[in-house]
Amino acid sequence: MKSLKAQNHPLSDTQYELQLLESQETGIPFSEKLAESGLYPLVPTQIEILQINLGKMCNQVCKHCHVDAGPDRKEIMNQETMMECLEVISKHDIGTIDLTGGAPEMNPHFRWFVEEIRRIKPDAKIIVRCNLTIILANPKFHDLPEFFKNHQIEVVSSLPYFTAIKTDSQRGEGVFEKSIKALQMLNAAGYGQENSGLMLNLVYNPAGAFLPGSQEGLEAEFKRRLGSQYSISFNSLFTITNLPISRFLEYLLRSGNYQSYMEKLIEAYNPIAAANVMCRNTISVGWDGYLYDCDFNQMLELRVSCTTSQHIKDWSLESLNNREIVINQHCYGCTAGAGSSCGGATA
Amino acid sequence: MKTYYDPEDLKKFGKIGEFQKSMADKFFAYYGEVFKEGALTAREKSLIALAVAHAIQCPYCIDAYTVDSMEKGCDEEQMMEAVHVAAAIRGGASLVHSTQMMNKVKEISI
Repeated sequence: MKSLKAQNHPLSDTQYELQLLESQETGIPFSEKLAESGLYPLVPTQIEILQINLGKMCNQVCKHCHVDAGPDRKEIMNQETMMECLEVISKHDIGTIDLTGGAPEMNPHFRWFVEEIRRIKPDAKIIVRCNLTIILANPKFHDLPEFFKNHQIEVVSSLPYFTAIKTDSQRGEGVFEKSIKALQMLNAAGYGQENSGLMLNLVYNPAGAFLPGSQEGLEAEFKRRLGSQYSISFNSLFTITNLPISRFLEYLLRSGNYQSYMEKLIEAYNPIAAANVMCRNTISVGWDGYLYDCDFNQMLELRVSCTTSQHIKDWSLESLNNREIVINQHCYGCTAGAGSSCGGATA
Repeated sequence: MKTYYDPEDLKKFGKIGEFQKSMADKFFAYYGEVFKEGALTAREKSLIALAVAHAIQCPYCIDAYTVDSMEKGCDEEQMMEAVHVAAAIRGGASLVHSTQMMNKVKEISI
């Protein structure tokens, strides 16, 4: 399967995506819903998390990927931009550095970057969003569990289900088996084991046009099934709602589920989740250094609204703290039901 | 095309109080209480509801509890097994009455 970009698919054009979202028939504007909850305009609380996208290159081509990542995507962060990120990290009190992609480990400067972050901020929480299969993709990645351990990295990994058929239908043939092996390698290094201090969290997102159920209930089921069948342990399960953009939007349109999915998101709007959306305490950095309110806005090329601080090299904490967060109809994905963020449910 | 069942009507379920509010309010309060986590998990209750939906052949309930079961993390195999439980009970309910037929046959036969 090729990325939408490689296919020259209309949905690889972000302007087209935005027009589609805005022209939705039953779409109550997200701004109106926020206003009803007293949250419009949406503004930041405090920047606590810097999420850095190291590139769109990935060894997998997942059907729901909002990044439209894959082996054919060559956009990756260069060392100069990484140094600009390090400059910001060193100067500001940002407690969490969240590294994502694509497969962030495929960036040739990945290990250097992690070592530098750890050197600059010995106490920071560093998250790597590891797709698991990368660990087995090439012998040069086999030692990643030890590398993560040596730098006290928190590993967050997607596993949409505890069976092969559902996992592979979303993430590609053979992904489940490799993911299980990778999880066992991480467990062997101490990850997800009681009292090890090495955090291994899994991400569940629905394999279709429905919302995630209770995070607590799904976590219990995942722990029971992965534990009894594969002797795998992990710390927490984060439930994440699929946002109607990029490849998931393509799936919704192709399968005839777009209208009903949007209605479901709007109907399930939860003001508590809206107050806790991740864009209020996070800044997302694109592979080319541009700044966004979240990873989804990044993929829609909706840059932060403050024009004086749109790139990491022009970072101004004051401007960013005083900005208005850019919203659109896809934001309903983060406010539906129990809410959704890169750290799971929010309400 | 007009049909007795319209999937759009499922969305109107919450509005049945329009003709009789107090009973509807009591029903929905009870309904919400029933499906909360309890001695049974919400997931187990969803699978029971799916099986019952098939036993009473309610198309609205089948749609609603198929989605609900998937949201609660059930897979296709588990959902189909739940339907087989409903089918076994329905089939068994017919078959167990055959004892009455057998009794009658024996009663009137030489």
